[in-house]
Amino acid sequence: MPISRRKFIKTSLSATAALASPAISTRYAFGSDDPIKVGSLLDQSGAIASSGVTMVTAMEQGVAEINEAGGLLGRPLQLIQYDTQSNIQLYSQYAQQLALKDRVDVVHGGITSASREAIRPTFDRFQVLYFYNVLYEGGVCDRNTFCTGTTPAQTVEKLVPYAMKNSGKKAYILAADYNYGQITAKWMTKYMQDNGGEVLSVDFFPLDVTNFGPTISKIQAAKPDLILSALVGGNHVSFYRQWESAGMKGQIPIASTTFGLVNEPSTVDASVSADIYGCYGYYEELDTPESQAFVQKLKKRWPDIPYISELTAANYEGLFLWAEGVKKAGSLDRMAVIEALESGITYKGPSGDVTLDGVTHHTTRNAYLAQVKDRKWNVLETFKAVQPSDTAMVCNLKDNPRDNQQYVIDIDS
Amino acid sequence: MDLAAIVALNVVNGAASLFLLCLGLAIIFGMMRIINLAHGEFVMLGAYAAVIAANAGINIWISMLVVAPLVVGLFGLVVERCLVRFLYGRLVDSMLATWGLSLLIIGLTTTIFGNTMQGVPTPLGGFAIGNYRTSWYTLFLLAVALGMMAIVYAVLRYTRFGLIARAVMQNPDMAAVLGVNPAHIYMATFSLGAAVTGLAGGVLAPVSGITPVMGSAYVAKAFITVVGGGAAIISGTLSASGLFGFINQLGAYFTTPVYGEVILFLSAIVLIRILPQGISGRFFKGTV
Repeated sequence: MPISRRKFIKTSLSATAALASPAISTRYAFGSDDPIKVGSLLDQSGAIASSGVTMVTAMEQGVAEINEAGGLLGRPLQLIQYDTQSNIQLYSQYAQQLALKDRVDVVHGGITSASREAIRPTFDRFQVLYFYNVLYEGGVCDRNTFCTGTTPAQTVEKLVPYAMKNSGKKAYILAADYNYGQITAKWMTKYMQDNGGEVLSVDFFPLDVTNFGPTISKIQAAKPDLILSALVGGNHVSFYRQWESAGMKGQIPIASTTFGLVNEPSTVDASVSADIYGCYGYYEELDTPESQAFVQKLKKRWPDIPYISELTAANYEGLFLWAEGVKKAGSLDRMAVIEALESGITYKGPSGDVTLDGVTHHTTRNAYLAQVKDRKWNVLETFKAVQPSDTAMVCNLKDNPRDNQQYVIDIDS
Repeated sequence: MDLAAIVALNVVNGAASLFLLCLGLAIIFGMMRIINLAHGEFVMLGAYAAVIAANAGINIWISMLVVAPLVVGLFGLVVERCLVRFLYGRLVDSMLATWGLSLLIIGLTTTIFGNTMQGVPTPLGGFAIGNYRTSWYTLFLLAVALGMMAIVYAVLRYTRFGLIARAVMQNPDMAAVLGVNPAHIYMATFSLGAAVTGLAGGVLAPVSGITPVMGSAYVAKAFITVVGGGAAIISGTLSASGLFGFINQLGAYFTTPVYGEVILFLSAIVLIRILPQGISGRFFKGTV
């Protein structure tokens, strides 16, 4: 029987379509065995990489653990992550890619506040659930966004009075010159004033300042009892080294909201980091069983991993909070998951119990006050279940679900 | 009074560290018209070399003053042979190639040593002037800057190599006619510039944050200073780093560090507008 070329093509095409149809229809209509796509945007190279690289390990570890336990809703998780290279433009680009091309079900990511504000509107517009798992200045109020790291009311509020008690009432504030530093400096000023203290001066530093000589002289001229630092990045580490080499170490205590997040205690000399106060949601040194297990798991899989700070722990906890929300909602529908998360999900992570606050989309979590001793954090005080009260003062997503902005604290001094 | 002394010391320190950072660039850019955008990464390599040597147990002074310039000088030699020698006279191409080189160096350093690095303690201690404290290291930086100035000046002005190098820079063809191989002189000069930059990185290592991307903080200021200084290596770089260091440090002291930077860049724009040939193009003509 002769077959014309045209007939052959017709038949074979229709046969292919018929054979392929189950795959196509399953993919688009049912999707029951397809992996759930989890997007992650973190800086693995460039200036912010020292923060991003350990956060990536937490995300990979978390996804692997969920998959070992059988996945979510019977489906495995697939991690889709892009290296944003410390470049805000790439954040915007990859955010669109995750939302439109990869069609992910949730995104965990963003490190600096600048990167978060670059991608948050994208996920709002394309209705992709977004988790920001980094400590930050507080105030983000957006129903599509969950901020699971600590905010100033959880850390700065504890750090300032403690440091004042051990020094005096006059403070000199040094902060990085971008939105995190500017807003954190305002919170520091507020908590100084609330505790009857006085701020002598607030100095901001562009991220590429490396010579702190004039500042160290100005500090000595102002004679503060205490230095509060929100300096950020590798260049600003110079301050602590130049401070020590000028022989000022031990003369005026330093409390910082950033020192120690990216491995500083082990990168500078023990004499430089000694006695600096910090207050974060997590330290590698915490000796709870959950914390020790977490540290061991990461160190076993990545033997060269640098210090595991709040950044890493909160990223891990953020993933599991989302997973708990999906389990409770029983679906991946965005609104169903948001409502489940708002109902008060609690996850017991390395830092202790972390509870999502439905009204603010922030977390109630433990905070730990610590001091550097011999390159290690020595935890001095534990504050259980601290509320994100800074954001709660301004943000109520229950009454105003359509609210979408970042509030900035207004201090009348 | 003691405050004035300490501020003066800050200004001198700012100028000295700027001079150290720029000298190597002035040699490479000023003499060979190669825009080395990897200059900041040469500084970073010097710092890494010093820190790694010191952590391996080598004396800190030897690590900073010998190992760092040696390593970066050798690295500069390799870069000149493999990359830069094809780019003499091609200003724009040299920018593109060295920018790529800077990304490569950052990437390689990150891959090998990670994003953070254990630093070395600052040697020497602090001392007090009246009620104010500062570090001996500030004075050490000043001494290194003065020493480097003397050495580079002496080499360029009084040695046979210096004479030949200056001749090649002025007129390579004529120098070649007289029996000098310009390619060898370029190679040696580039390597020398890299070594001087490595030394700057080495001595800045104990007072800086050591990361693979630290170079980017230095490169813009170094270029502005070299362009502001003009063609003469020593007098130009010295006058420009003195001026800009003075403006930057005093600006930072009397206003804030943010305005200190703004004032610095503004005055650089004004300077280059008034003196397009740089300070030495107007005031120190014919000097080294």
